[in-house]
Amino acid sequence: MTDLVQIRSVSRSYQMRRGFLSAPVVVRAVDDVSLTIPKGRTLGIVGESGSGKSTTGRMALGLEKPDGGEVRFAGEAMPAVGDARWRAQRARMQMIFQDPLGALDRRLRIHSQIREPLDIHKIGAKSDRNSHALDALRSVGLSEAQGQRYPHELSGGQRQRAVLARALATRPDFLVCDEPISALDVSIQAQVVNLLVDLQSDLGLTMLFISHDLRAVRHVSHRIAVMYLGRIVEEGDGDTLFADPLHPYSRALVSAAPTPGRTRADRIVLKGDPPNPAARPSGCAFHPRCPMAIARCRSETPALIDARPNRRVACHLVQPTGAV
Amino acid sequence: MTRPVLTHPVLSQPDRPPGPEALIELRDLRVSFDGAPALHGVDFTVSRGESVGMVGESGCGKSVTWLAALGLLPRKAVVTGQALLAGRNLIGAPGAELDDVRGGRVAMIFQDPASALNPVLRVGRQIMEALALHRGLTGAAARAEAKRLLEIVGIPDASQRLNAYPHEFSGGQNQRVMIAMALAGDPDLLIADEPTTALDATIQAQILDLIAEIRRETGMALVLISHDLGVVAETCERICVMYSGRIVESAPASDLFADPRHPYSRGLLAALPPLDGPRQRLDPIPGVVPDPRSPPPGCAFGPRCREFEAACAEAPQGLRNIGAERAVACRRINLAPLPRELAPA
Repeated sequence: MTDLVQIRSVSRSYQMRRGFLSAPVVVRAVDDVSLTIPKGRTLGIVGESGSGKSTTGRMALGLEKPDGGEVRFAGEAMPAVGDARWRAQRARMQMIFQDPLGALDRRLRIHSQIREPLDIHKIGAKSDRNSHALDALRSVGLSEAQGQRYPHELSGGQRQRAVLARALATRPDFLVCDEPISALDVSIQAQVVNLLVDLQSDLGLTMLFISHDLRAVRHVSHRIAVMYLGRIVEEGDGDTLFADPLHPYSRALVSAAPTPGRTRADRIVLKGDPPNPAARPSGCAFHPRCPMAIARCRSETPALIDARPNRRVACHLVQPTGAV
Repeated sequence: MTRPVLTHPVLSQPDRPPGPEALIELRDLRVSFDGAPALHGVDFTVSRGESVGMVGESGCGKSVTWLAALGLLPRKAVVTGQALLAGRNLIGAPGAELDDVRGGRVAMIFQDPASALNPVLRVGRQIMEALALHRGLTGAAARAEAKRLLEIVGIPDASQRLNAYPHEFSGGQNQRVMIAMALAGDPDLLIADEPTTALDATIQAQILDLIAEIRRETGMALVLISHDLGVVAETCERICVMYSGRIVESAPASDLFADPRHPYSRGLLAALPPLDGPRQRLDPIPGVVPDPRSPPPGCAFGPRCREFEAACAEAPQGLRNIGAERAVACRRINLAPLPRELAPA
């Protein structure tokens, strides 16, 4: 299987001013992240706010240039933002976000918005574009009549379907979904998750699925990466990672996911506050909250190693193939 | 960090009578906005010391129920029915009486702690304000009590942090400050409206733990409002599922998750992707939540329900008891033994 997207040790820093007069602080949003997504597969990234998961998604799309490392798409380096080659590549990669209302133009009918990328990228004959847009609309379960409406006339779930239809209209190879269901009602989330799974298998899409929702990520992803403060702490097979998390942070995250029918007694509750990317702890960034931290964790950043077959873990306490 | 044990004579009331004494009782509570009904007659009782979860999707009325009971809705809302707290009806009660109840016997915390706190006042002063209003404490006594409350909610270095502003705290810490303010009035009931929705998963676990611990130590009752079944399941003894302005099912938490009866409750549980086991296609509830301005006839869930039959559209079914502690609002559920097609697999 060929890798459609290769992310090779990318890093990205931002300058942030904490106050009006204070010196800018460098915030390392993503630090030495390597991931590959084989064609037709889904990679899920989970993590809390500030973990760098969205920044990783933006770099994978070429919306943001990494400070270090590189992203390769279909074997080629990402073209510079804004040039002709980049523009042409836009049609092959698409993105959907959390807030569908913010992603849609409120003054345009849904159908026109789905047709727009076809016009921009000059895909197909002009006369065919309306029917192409209609096909895209139907593929996400919206009717022709709903296509004639404005965004505010649709429900949240329908709007996210419309955003998805627009993203799929150009027949992209690669789709990045950043928290695509977080803003939707519980009973609607499952509809959109099913739709994403169906579309992926029907169209052979390659997907990057970014979410804080472990259940949704597990459901759609073939592989999963867990991020903490800009680094991958664990990466593995979608079926086994949450069943047998090895990194102490992944364990806490799985344990913190509320589960009907389970009592609170067996939950790992992490001490301390969510991490601040602007004041990254030394060594393993997780050590101040880690229940298992040892002296070495404070000084030395653990490398992401193959700890088990098909599983990479960055923790001093997880030895390859041996017990913890 | 060690957290002081609650020893305040008022906060830890060992003499509270045990057993299911009603603390607050809602009777036929109805709310409408601009003629569109948002709540269609809710009957509901919270007993002393009990923890109840209210779940449902946006617009189902789970928040409106409690905002109406405490007189916190905007003036255009028309509220009828009763909310009886120790025999006094709060609906239509004069402001002075409500001010005594709100933040006193009944405290409420919300989803976004940062916007519930005053950004230009130090948190210590905000907690002391609540102490002055509800416990008559001022000066050094108020400051000492505010510090103690911050310690109870697990803020390290409490005496220094009293001087901090809300923006100097993280989201989870601000929610802790809100809980400290809620405790300032020594409430009998804490209403927590999506208290962890804006927080990260690991911080959510901390806050839920804190609420459970405070409840254990004070015996305060809890109403936890959430869209997340998992959150209420782990925290509450009893769960009410709401849909479109009505309670559709009420049951002990363990029973609801083991054996949900209302088709909506069953649908919600079936739609939740599992965290382990094989990945199967999800079984979503079809359709969308009805618009309150044009509700479907009869049962509001009818158009999305797999068990729908013509009679469901005639009139909505009220809650009926099934067993001692369970009630469900579905006419398809026989009060006699369950028909096979409705029985849980």
